[in-house]
Amino acid sequence: MLAVRGEPPGDQESAAMRIAVCVKQVPDTEGRLRLAADGRWIDDEELQMVVNESDEYALEEALQIAERTGGEVVVFGLGPARVAEALRKCLALGAARAVHLLDDAFAGGDAMSTGRALAAAVAREEFDLVLTGSQSDDDGFGATGSVVAACLGWPHAWLVMGVEIEDGGTAKVTREMESGMNEVLRLRLPAVLEIQAGINNPRYASLKGIMQAKRKEIAAVAAADLGLDPGAVGAAGATLEVLSVAFPAAVGGAQMLEGDAATAAKALAEALQKEVGVI
Amino acid sequence: MAKVWIVVQHRDGKLHRMSREAVAAGQALAAALGGRGEAVLLGSGVDAVAAALAGYDLDAVHVADAPALADYTPGGYAGVLAAAVAAHGPSHLVFAHTYQSVEYMARLAHDVGGSLVPEIVSFEGDSEGIVWTRPVLGGKLTARVRATGPSPVLVSVQSGSFAADDAVAGSAEPCPLDASAAAVDREILGVEAAAEGEQIDLTAAEIIVAVGRGVGGADKMGAVEELAKALGAEIGASRPVIDGGWLERDRQIGSSGQTVAPKLYVALGISGAIQHLVGMKGSGTIVAINKDAGAPIFGVARYGIAGDLHEVVPELTAAILAAKEAAG
Repeated sequence: MLAVRGEPPGDQESAAMRIAVCVKQVPDTEGRLRLAADGRWIDDEELQMVVNESDEYALEEALQIAERTGGEVVVFGLGPARVAEALRKCLALGAARAVHLLDDAFAGGDAMSTGRALAAAVAREEFDLVLTGSQSDDDGFGATGSVVAACLGWPHAWLVMGVEIEDGGTAKVTREMESGMNEVLRLRLPAVLEIQAGINNPRYASLKGIMQAKRKEIAAVAAADLGLDPGAVGAAGATLEVLSVAFPAAVGGAQMLEGDAATAAKALAEALQKEVGVI
Repeated sequence: MAKVWIVVQHRDGKLHRMSREAVAAGQALAAALGGRGEAVLLGSGVDAVAAALAGYDLDAVHVADAPALADYTPGGYAGVLAAAVAAHGPSHLVFAHTYQSVEYMARLAHDVGGSLVPEIVSFEGDSEGIVWTRPVLGGKLTARVRATGPSPVLVSVQSGSFAADDAVAGSAEPCPLDASAAAVDREILGVEAAAEGEQIDLTAAEIIVAVGRGVGGADKMGAVEELAKALGAEIGASRPVIDGGWLERDRQIGSSGQTVAPKLYVALGISGAIQHLVGMKGSGTIVAINKDAGAPIFGVARYGIAGDLHEVVPELTAAILAAKEAAG
């Protein structure tokens, strides 16, 4: 059995890695949700906006690789002005600078049009790796990183659970499969790695990091800066349109046991005894 | 003219379970569009899989059989399929929503200039075409969506959305598909277990008490352990608990963990994301305790308590112990 995950990094880990990390700002949807007036999304006005969970793991993995190899992490985010808060958080965690794809033309995009825009922004610089989360917690397409890879013409891997940079311009990558198994593979760099939640333990921002982040650069770029036709990005460049959203109809639906904790628990214990027969 | 391709996944000469569901979905889509559907198979030495596909009611089974396709690679599969799409012009490509298909289908959609609709759970036809339903926000909502980009439309079918038994039997003719465009872009080094050491086999458990993010932390597990002990249950978990390091990875239930079907499944603080539901919805009786009365887990549960699990669980443990005592 190969022991890739958890292995200490070799001292041979190669040249300084320049790493782009693409992050998405998503609503924190713990708790009760309300639908927006147009019925096409949730009302997120009062929801806290956070960095997408698997993107946090991607940033942590990038920071660790950069620290091991003496490299640098640049973070990319697409969306309205509030996305700067998410980028600032990534800067506080250790990214060197940020690029904010900020343009009304980017609004309403899907994985296809957002991936295209991110790839164009990444392609303006030289990177060895692009890291991003495997899936967003809101749209859940699981596709943006793959589209970035396709646009750049780079190899990629989805659901990455381990990364080891090798000499000679390759990376050994552990990829999650179904049923509790992982696949270990080797990719040529530059490559796009779509990081799965759980790969590492993301750090917390230090006070020093938060202070330093205030002086770090967040460069705003518009579609025209990237040489992109406004018709190719955002809603215009998307291949999917949301018509409406709804709370899923309860299939069958549970018999809800009412009352205070003690009453409901007692009713449940009785049901388990009499009807399920497990007590 | 609609031409629905069903791109299948296989291992050890057998169709993947979810690919049989994808065949059912693809046939239903083809029927809605006025056609029969065609299967597409990629691999090396895959006669047995081709023969299995030939037993379905399909217009054709396209088989790309080449050494370069012996192992799945995104470049190998996307390369062959992009060339095949250009040559044959399908209107839809239907995949199972698996860890393999999802990895390369977006890249393929980009390469063929098509539209991408991942993770569908159902569809319906209307005057303007097809409306797809897919989960968003971790299954807390479902979205009705329409493909608005060019053809072909690539969709992946979530596990359990279509019944494999609904796939229509018949006969189809295997025909070769050009595999010369395979562009292998990774070297496969091996396969390993995700968790280290001895694995806990939850599939054999009669009763499982499973915890989700709502449990709040590793330090809050004491009451859960007491409930499991009172029930004689194994403890399982949904993904966030494992990622948070509150429990070991071999206790994970769901698409990336174990698939279980115990007699009793007690879900504590689990909202019911589809990735978790596919791993446990075959359980005999499902009981859910969650503070959010609208959580999807209540859709598959037989009994539910909308409340704070930290208040309910100790009461439930006490009630179970009392019932056991009374029963002698």
